Amino acid sequence: MKKFTAGQALSYLVMTAAAVLVLYPVVYSFFMSVMTQSEASAYPPSLFPHALHLANMKEVFRMVPIASFIGNTFFVSAVVMIGQLVTASCAAYAFANMEFKGKGLMFSLFAATMMVPWEVTMIPNYLTVRSLNWLDTYQGLTIPFLATAFGTFMLRQFFLQLPKELFEAAKMDGCGHVRYFLFHMLPLSRPALGTLAVYSFLNMYNSYLWPLLVTNSKPMRTIQIGISMLEFQESTSWNLVFAGITLAILPSLLLLVFGLKQLVRGMAAGALKG
Amino acid sequence: MSELDKRLSLPVERTSASVRSALPLRAASLKRSRLKENALAYAFLAPSLLLFAVFLFYPLVKSVYLSLHSTDPAGRIAGFTGFDNYSDLFTSGLFVSGIKTTALFALLTVPAGILLALILAVLTHNMLRGKRLFQFAFSLPMVISVGSASVIWKFLFHPTLGMLNYLLEQAGMAPVGWLIDPHWALLSISIMTVWMNLGFNYILLSSGMQGIPDEIYESARIDGAGPLRVFYRITMPLLSPTLFFVLVVSTIGAFQSFGQINILTQGGPMNSTSVFVYSIYQESFINFRFGTGSAQAILLFLVIMLLTLIQFKWVERKVHYQ
Repeated sequence: MKKFTAGQALSYLVMTAAAVLVLYPVVYSFFMSVMTQSEASAYPPSLFPHALHLANMKEVFRMVPIASFIGNTFFVSAVVMIGQLVTASCAAYAFANMEFKGKGLMFSLFAATMMVPWEVTMIPNYLTVRSLNWLDTYQGLTIPFLATAFGTFMLRQFFLQLPKELFEAAKMDGCGHVRYFLFHMLPLSRPALGTLAVYSFLNMYNSYLWPLLVTNSKPMRTIQIGISMLEFQESTSWNLVFAGITLAILPSLLLLVFGLKQLVRGMAAGALKG
Repeated sequence: MSELDKRLSLPVERTSASVRSALPLRAASLKRSRLKENALAYAFLAPSLLLFAVFLFYPLVKSVYLSLHSTDPAGRIAGFTGFDNYSDLFTSGLFVSGIKTTALFALLTVPAGILLALILAVLTHNMLRGKRLFQFAFSLPMVISVGSASVIWKFLFHPTLGMLNYLLEQAGMAPVGWLIDPHWALLSISIMTVWMNLGFNYILLSSGMQGIPDEIYESARIDGAGPLRVFYRITMPLLSPTLFFVLVVSTIGAFQSFGQINILTQGGPMNSTSVFVYSIYQESFINFRFGTGSAQAILLFLVIMLLTLIQFKWVERKVHYQ
């Protein structure tokens, strides 16, 4: 049995202070979201809300189509997540389990894409999407992001860890690549797939610049753009702005609660073990 | 990509037919299965390759092409200009000062962000109780998007109503013009960015710490190593691959920052926060000069590649791979 020492007590103290500091901006927005307008813009600012003014939430829904912002974001993130899982797991399987001509070249091609910052391709991609008439559409928001080199690597590393004998045995039983991939590899790789799913969902959920470029109309906006527009529109009613932020944060908080274990377990393993 | 598929699948038919008559049946079927595996492998790669071709390789080439031309506001090519776009960038002081701003921003955010995350990850790793709770708290900024985070901090930074200035005043200090003072703006954005990136760095480092076997710690403890010694002799070397990865990723990330700058300062005051990607955005999508915008984007690519190569060449030497 380990004993609770003074050093540990100190470290708990430091950690609690750090946690309060890190959490403060989020707690602050929750507090602001339930204040009345006069309380939110009063000086000196109140550290805690004096009353629970939940009408703000209703007011935000009335003011901007925040439900459709959130709906759009969820839809777009889910599409990108599923797309990335499909494309990355297929490509990762080919790299991990198949022999083919040009494998080395293909692999370095994938590696090269990780070197290219997305912003470098932003202008031509914008022009492409515009010429396809995909501005303000779900295709424009999602299709450029359906493939991921990072995810492919992560899954490849995981696939390589699975015992080779498994495939040999399946092959003996007359199981081809497609069946082995679908019915053996994928179910065995749920932890890695889960990590990639959480990661790609969060990435898309939080993306800002691309949705800013390709959406113009209110019904197509994602929550991130919606939030910053809210701020530009209603600079005086900060309580409403924060009510909107709270509504935007809550879904991703839930995602963190359920996905934290996946992330902590899988991130470094996938990115590093070569 | 469809071309690649065709090129691959056509010989499949031909050779398998001719081979079948010439060689014994077994060798022929072996060869056929190998060709089939080739075709299948490319079918597995096809979706990714197609998407990369359209949205990554083609745009990359086109960026180079655009950067050598001038365009009209609709994005059509107006004429060939050679390297004028590039030389214009370097003669305008704005771009050069933008590079300096970006470098300073990276220096302000990357080391601080990694150090903080490292300390927190090590301390939570040694915890006996409440570990999950602290993990949740320190990972939290990761799920706060740049849009929400920026608006939250905009109000925290507010010159008269913001909490930060209120606390400064309570501590008896003069208020600071966080986002409106050219001397402070970049630092303010850096503070906010460190906070925003903490979650991601923390998760990566915690994940790396979990990969270090407990037995190593146990035997070090039995040998009488104190906590600091354990940290320097065991945690640091074994964590160095993760640390290196975090360093590379956050340096790239610092050079790609955009959202917080667009929302908090829009490059101001007096261009003191006009970082690389912000000026690409401004040039291309506000001034509609896609040519110079592309030239900047290509330079960004080169800078990031150079930095990454330097890191692999110089820093990775110190990394200990098991």
